[in-house]
Amino acid sequence: MSLGAEILQGDRRALARALTLVESDPHAADDIIAEVYPHTGHGVVVGITGAPGVGKSTLVDRLAGQFLARGRKVGILAVDPSSPFTGGALLGDRVRMEGRGSDVFMRSLATRGHLGGLARATPRAIQLLQAFGKDLILLETVGAGQSEVDVMGFADTTIIVVVPGLGDDVQAFKAGILEIGDIFVVNKSDRPGADQTMRELRQMLHLGPQRAWMPPVLAAQAQQDVGVSEIADAILRHSEVRLTDPEQQQRRMQEAERLVRDALAEQLVRRVVNQSQAKGRWHEVLTEVAERRLDPAGAAKALHLDQE
Amino acid sequence: MTEAEEREGTRPIRVLIGKPGLDGHDRGAKVVARALRDAGMEVIYTGLHQTPEEIVEAALQEDVDVVGLSILSGAHLTLVPAVLDLLHAQNMDDVVMVVGGIIPEEDAEELRKLGVKAVFGPGTETDDIVRFTRASVGRA
Repeated sequence: MSLGAEILQGDRRALARALTLVESDPHAADDIIAEVYPHTGHGVVVGITGAPGVGKSTLVDRLAGQFLARGRKVGILAVDPSSPFTGGALLGDRVRMEGRGSDVFMRSLATRGHLGGLARATPRAIQLLQAFGKDLILLETVGAGQSEVDVMGFADTTIIVVVPGLGDDVQAFKAGILEIGDIFVVNKSDRPGADQTMRELRQMLHLGPQRAWMPPVLAAQAQQDVGVSEIADAILRHSEVRLTDPEQQQRRMQEAERLVRDALAEQLVRRVVNQSQAKGRWHEVLTEVAERRLDPAGAAKALHLDQE
Repeated sequence: MTEAEEREGTRPIRVLIGKPGLDGHDRGAKVVARALRDAGMEVIYTGLHQTPEEIVEAALQEDVDVVGLSILSGAHLTLVPAVLDLLHAQNMDDVVMVVGGIIPEEDAEELRKLGVKAVFGPGTETDDIVRFTRASVGRA
């Protein structure tokens, strides 16, 4: 039986192996994805992002508990950074997870050089979990600040987690982070300054454009499981609003376009690089660029003109 | 190239470092985790007080090549066979199992007989652990 078929039948080991394949080499997993793709796209993908130490992992764990209790099938993808020097990574998000046995399938992903707070394999990892039957996927980004907005491209609902007193609040809420949040959580809300942080967040959100969905600002103490059920409610409410949104179809098309463009870029690059290497042109062109005799865009142009 | 070869070529070695049982001393586990990471491996650290079931489930979900257990409580002759049995029950005998901690030599011999590939006592150089880990998955 193919790995794809085994995943569709709910084989945990097959899922784990397929995740390894999509992480290692997107191309190696093409057949598996092709097989399971019709069985993906359902359920809810929740992205959780925020600065390091705000309690993302703990919140993910408590939300997993909430949704399990509500009968959802929960999968978790937790992304941590790879070292740019050695390629190694310390994936520690499991430390915050309470043992939920095989009810929750959790996978730690290293960024492996990918920027934007996620791993390159993220969309495919989501598809594999969905094919496996998970209908609620919690996607935790690396500890992020201002630029890690990729998550909104993959998540149906994006949660921004902040804590009181993280320096100048305006700093934390700079453009980008405010715009991508569907739900804001002020975690560790027993700390001083929580009310002020919530007030400021609400004010800044109201300064923005009026939208069909106004992002709620919720207080929580994830460690003590306080406020978590309200966050789960908000996620489900947001899903409903999203589904009745007339722009939903348009968003699906945008997502499809992004995925196809990414795949196209990857396939074209692979083809051109392989052929250039086979002809011995690759090294030649790289040398010219390194010695400043040719510019990078000119090199790329020359390489793909070679193909024709 | 077969699928397995392709996979070997591109993926970093993945190692799970677990602390089963009741002792709360994780300095050694963290030092080893750090050393393996600095050697370019992806290290999944599970934290303290894991049951053998939790460790094996994590190893399965994370599709690791190596499981390293840190045990300072003296319960290694109970915990290690439990983990090995569970790995076997999941058809995960290909996962390399190593143990670190305070393990008397006769117990270490016993663990090796059961299928543990290496036992690292106090004072082991992290370089040796890195070298062994690479060799154990055929990437020396």
